[in-house]
This record gives sequence, structure tokens and C-alpha cells, in this order.
Amino acid sequence: MNRNAATRRQLLAGSVGLGAWLLVRPVAAAPDELATVIQAWTGGAPVQNGRVKLDIAPLVDNGNTVPVGVSVESPMTLADHVTAIAIFNERNPQRDVARFALGPRAGRANVSTRIRLATTQKLAAVARMSDGSYWSHTVDVIVTLAACIEGEAS
Amino acid sequence: MAHTLIKVPASARRGEIIAISTIIGHPMETGFRPGADGRILPRNIIQRFTCHYNDELVFSAELFPAIAANPLIAFHTVATTSGTLRFSWEGDQGFRHTESVSIEVT
Repeated sequence: MNRNAATRRQLLAGSVGLGAWLLVRPVAAAPDELATVIQAWTGGAPVQNGRVKLDIAPLVDNGNTVPVGVSVESPMTLADHVTAIAIFNERNPQRDVARFALGPRAGRANVSTRIRLATTQKLAAVARMSDGSYWSHTVDVIVTLAACIEGEAS
Repeated sequence: MAHTLIKVPASARRGEIIAISTIIGHPMETGFRPGADGRILPRNIIQRFTCHYNDELVFSAELFPAIAANPLIAFHTVATTSGTLRFSWEGDQGFRHTESVSIEVT
């Protein structure tokens, strides 16, 4: 009896371990792709965390239209300003979301739009400064209703 | 003709940072979705948005299929002189739309 209970415990522990491995594996594999597209956009330049704020609801009910805002800490003067902001995603069919070009005439480095999210994933906003440095902010977003990659309702 | 909704203050003080918000009616068809007949609907998106302030480019955006239908783009600019703000959208299937709004700067 006792021996039986022990085997069941071992079996349960083993199956939990296998389940966790299956869950964790794809999540751990994906961020590399996000890092790769960001590196492609920066041309290999190092990207630092900070100065950028990606504003999005952490829990999204409807992935078809999700409000997103990006603001960057910058004086936006001729000498020191943001030249570009790009938004990338991890698990839509395509990694690009939008790219914005701005300059000292913008006055404030703050843009917003509405995007589609196919599933729960990471989103990254990257800003290029006039001095050539890159700054970013990455957030996790949980999506309950995905944007339709399926067909139209007929 | 696409419907647009553009919010620009009618007047501003010189040097003031003004908020601009634009929406244009457009399906932003992703090119990843099958239609009712089961075949993939061809991509039909707006690819580029620009804002010219008195013919000088002050802001532009490149859009991808991940932008929601009826794209909203909001940004800021510094009110420099009275004149016009020209907004242009360009995209797939020869899509092209331009709107102008005048602003008075005091």
C-alpha cells in the first residue's frame, strides 16, 4: 500500500515536470526572435532599457483593436531628440507593428495608435535618439480574444 | 472616398506643443485571413502616413498589418506659424488620400 502511494506520487511529480517543460519551452524559445528583429532594425547597435514607456493594458479583452501609446523621455531639441520609434511584437504573423519618424518639430516624443494582437505575447517599443543610441521598453500582454487570423464570419 | 476624422486645435500660441489625432476609414486587410470562399484575402493596408506643416515634413509613420482597421495615429507638433497641416495616407491597391486643416498661430 505504502509502496503504491509512493509510486503514484513519483508518477504525479514526473508528469507535472513534463507538463512544465512543455509549457516553458516555446515561451523560452520565442524572445530570441523579438531580439533578432530589434537588432535588425538598430543595425546591431546595443539597445538599453529605459527612457521609453510603452503604454498598453496588461490584460486585453479584444485583440482586434488595442490602444497603444509610446512616450520617450527627451527634450526634443535640435541637439537632442528622438528620430524614430518602432513597435515590434513577438507572435503576430509579422514582427513589425509600426514605425514612426519624428524630430525636433514634434515637440514631444509621444505617439499612439491602435493595433491587433493575435495572441498573448510580448510587445517592444524601441526609440532611436539623435545621438545614435537606442532605448527600449518591453511589456507582456495577455489577450483573451485574439485578432481574427481566422476567416470572416459568414 | 475614405472618411477621416482629424483633431487639430484651430488656434495655438507660437511655440506651443499641440496634440494631433487622425483616424481614417480603411479595412487594413492583413493578407493573412481567408475570406468567405476559403481563399486568402489579398493584403490591403495603408503603408505610409505623413504630416506636412506648411509643406515641411514634421511626422511620418510606416504601418504594417498589425495596425487595427480604421487606423488611428496620434502625435504632437510644435505650432510655429499660421498655415496648413497636410495629412496624407498611401497604401496598397493605389490607395491615396489627402486632407488639409488650417491652423492659426498667434
